[in-house]
Amino acid sequence: MRMETTDETLAQAAANGDREAFSLLLARNYDRLFGLCFRLTGARADAEDLTQDICAALPAKLGSYKHQARFSTWLYRVAVNAAHDRRRRFATHARAADGWGDWEVNRVATNKETQDGVDWLTQAMSSLSQELRDTLALTLEDEMTHREAGEVLGVSEGTISWRMAEVKKHLRVMHQEEQKA
Amino acid sequence: MSDDLTHLKDAMRAATPAPSKKDADLALAMKNFDDMQNSRQGSANEARLTTDHPTITSRFTSGVIHMFHSLTTRGALAATTSITAVGIGIFLYTQQGNIRFELPKPDAVVAEVPVNEAPLKDTVEAIIEAAPDAEAPATAQIDTRRTREAAELGKEEGFAAGASAAPEAEADMVIAEIAPAVPPALTRKAAPAPMGGITSGALGYDDVVIQPEPNTEAFANADANPVKITTDTPVSTFSIDVDTASYSVMRSSLMNGYAPDPQSVRIEEMINYFPYDYPAPDANEAPFKPTVTVFATPWNAGTQLVHIGIQGTMPALEDRPALNLVFLIDTSGSMATPNKLPLLIQSFRLMLSELNDEDEVSIVTYAGSAGQVLKPTKVSNKAAIMAALMRLGAGGSTAGQQGLQQAYAVAEEMRADGEISRIILATDGDFNVGISDPDQLKDYISKKRDSGTYLSVLGFGRGNLDDATMQALAQNGNGQAAYIDTLSEAQKVLVDQLGGAMFPIANDVKIQVEFNPAQIAEYRLIGYETRTLAREDFNNDTVDAGEIGAGHSVTAIYEITPVGSDAILNDALRYQPAADTDGNGELGFLKLRYKTPGEDTSQLLTTPITTGMGEATDDIRFSAAIAGYGQLLTGGKYLQDWGYNELITLANNTKGEDAYGYRSEAIKLMRLAKSLSGE
Repeated sequence: MRMETTDETLAQAAANGDREAFSLLLARNYDRLFGLCFRLTGARADAEDLTQDICAALPAKLGSYKHQARFSTWLYRVAVNAAHDRRRRFATHARAADGWGDWEVNRVATNKETQDGVDWLTQAMSSLSQELRDTLALTLEDEMTHREAGEVLGVSEGTISWRMAEVKKHLRVMHQEEQKA
Repeated sequence: MSDDLTHLKDAMRAATPAPSKKDADLALAMKNFDDMQNSRQGSANEARLTTDHPTITSRFTSGVIHMFHSLTTRGALAATTSITAVGIGIFLYTQQGNIRFELPKPDAVVAEVPVNEAPLKDTVEAIIEAAPDAEAPATAQIDTRRTREAAELGKEEGFAAGASAAPEAEADMVIAEIAPAVPPALTRKAAPAPMGGITSGALGYDDVVIQPEPNTEAFANADANPVKITTDTPVSTFSIDVDTASYSVMRSSLMNGYAPDPQSVRIEEMINYFPYDYPAPDANEAPFKPTVTVFATPWNAGTQLVHIGIQGTMPALEDRPALNLVFLIDTSGSMATPNKLPLLIQSFRLMLSELNDEDEVSIVTYAGSAGQVLKPTKVSNKAAIMAALMRLGAGGSTAGQQGLQQAYAVAEEMRADGEISRIILATDGDFNVGISDPDQLKDYISKKRDSGTYLSVLGFGRGNLDDATMQALAQNGNGQAAYIDTLSEAQKVLVDQLGGAMFPIANDVKIQVEFNPAQIAEYRLIGYETRTLAREDFNNDTVDAGEIGAGHSVTAIYEITPVGSDAILNDALRYQPAADTDGNGELGFLKLRYKTPGEDTSQLLTTPITTGMGEATDDIRFSAAIAGYGQLLTGGKYLQDWGYNELITLANNTKGEDAYGYRSEAIKLMRLAKSLSGE
């Protein structure tokens, strides 16, 4: 029955007041949403806060969900806006680096190999511009096509492709530096 | 994906933690969903229009990205934000993250404040916690959205009511969303009547600004002073501070309908805002006189307050030296709103009427083309000065290096023996005076100060206020930093207290108190967190500290816990026996260092602090009330059950004659703060 229902249908139902639909919709998408928030912010605490904000606001926002958009595109757009907002506030107050700047390595597994991977990750992410980071947050998990990512960020598909190329170039350079070192 | 990207993806996957708050978040979402449903019954509004969401978002997103990039440069100017302030900032602004969420829901209904007070009150309670003061004056985009949203408020009332009942732990997130719709409504109700044509920030906020401006306020702040154990840290050292900016910022926030950002509250500035009647020094004594009073703490029966009041001498103003003033005025585009440049011009006009004929004034502006708008002119020629002031117009971007350097050059020209040179920098906060490195800027100003030209800073307007830089500049320039939100404040700073603002009588004034561990178990300095000095700085004459101006009074209050009191917070150590010192019955010893203006070596004043010393006059107890008020605004960790009701009673009982009305105004503000805090 409901198991097969698409997110889009659930969202429409939720917007019309169907409680179970909303509950199911959110339960289905929560983990993905959290993952995105993490990729956007780079820090667990920030990701948790951001996710909570979005969850709290979702009931009100659903009213504006237009059926033709894919639900995930819409949800991700909400998430990106929220992250930008948070960043702006944070920048105003602290003028400090964002999550990718003040990473706490010991939060992750103590496995040395994984830890090396994490260090490199922080290094890589911090050296990219904010736009590229946001783009990566959307595209690193294969669910988003370039066109969809463009819709979420409000840029053209071509821009996304160009940005991904930039990232690859940057990573290649980083790799070469490492080889030299 | 390329290899590198795959590597990145894997690393990212490894780094992503598992979500641990899922249940709580889902519960919160469901609660909000239910609340919304409840409020919707009866007002079926199926035809809810959705605006062109993608367009707004994409425009907004790219706009925000752009803003964020440009913010980074400005960020370089922020001077003194501590790391913990960052933590607080994250916490507070996380809650505000929702504010931008509110999608525009166009509705023809007029933007009327909902009549039903109760949900509004609860909603308003959240404003305190969400502290959206940085948000409120932000953008036109938000303004127009809110006009429509305020209409929505009527429907969403139910939502707010339900939401506000949500568990306190999570309430902030939800309510913060509705909160932004509220401040403008509150503003329309709470906005004070405009005074003399110049309006407070409230009207400026209502103005539709064509260009949305990001809110880049930054405040100088540090962690609240903790309770110190006397045996561990017997000595407390700090620099005095006569700035009053924090009080005005607090007032401006409350008048705009929201609780002041705790980060903007510096308790010592609030206490020092008011003139007190401490005993004045005799003619041949030091230029100021300290008076120490020990009395019961209003908010804690187990502790006492050590109140240190310093009164500066008020030399006969007829004999005062001539003043050479350079008005360095920011005339960039951002100064165009009524609560900035026009208020500034009015303020300077007020001040002009207080100056003597021999004083000289020059005006330098910095924006677009920096320039000397008025050559040094004697005040006897008021007409020329007024004319130059009236001609000022805002426009262009902030210029250059030239601004500050030119001002100092002009001050050099005007200098003469026995006269006092001062630059008054008037700005709304973006200190693009050309030297973009804040440390370099401070060094430059310090050097100039040593060569005899002082610098004071006047801040105007909200949204851009770089309070931290203002404080730093004034500190280095041996001047005062004040924030002018209304013409009355301009009158206070530039007319009533002109003597204090313009004429220093003691420089680099430092206080050091040593408490006697045999008598006092713990102590806590209220305020002065941004003025702390190292213990060794006290005797080091090269360390800069605050100035006292003619007629100024400065107050510092310690809360002390006598040995054996019930109110001691820290347990005794288990493994180290308590030190057995034999005090001579003194509670502590107060030392003050100051320099006569022009001198490089400091002089020392000392006095012991004894039990029951001094007499707690109404004046002194009023200052304690303000200390309590400041603590209420910043969380009130040590206040126990003492709240706004007790505060207002105490303030009312101790306000005394209040010739200028500052204290009655303060009580009004306390009432506002109380309502906004939902007590």
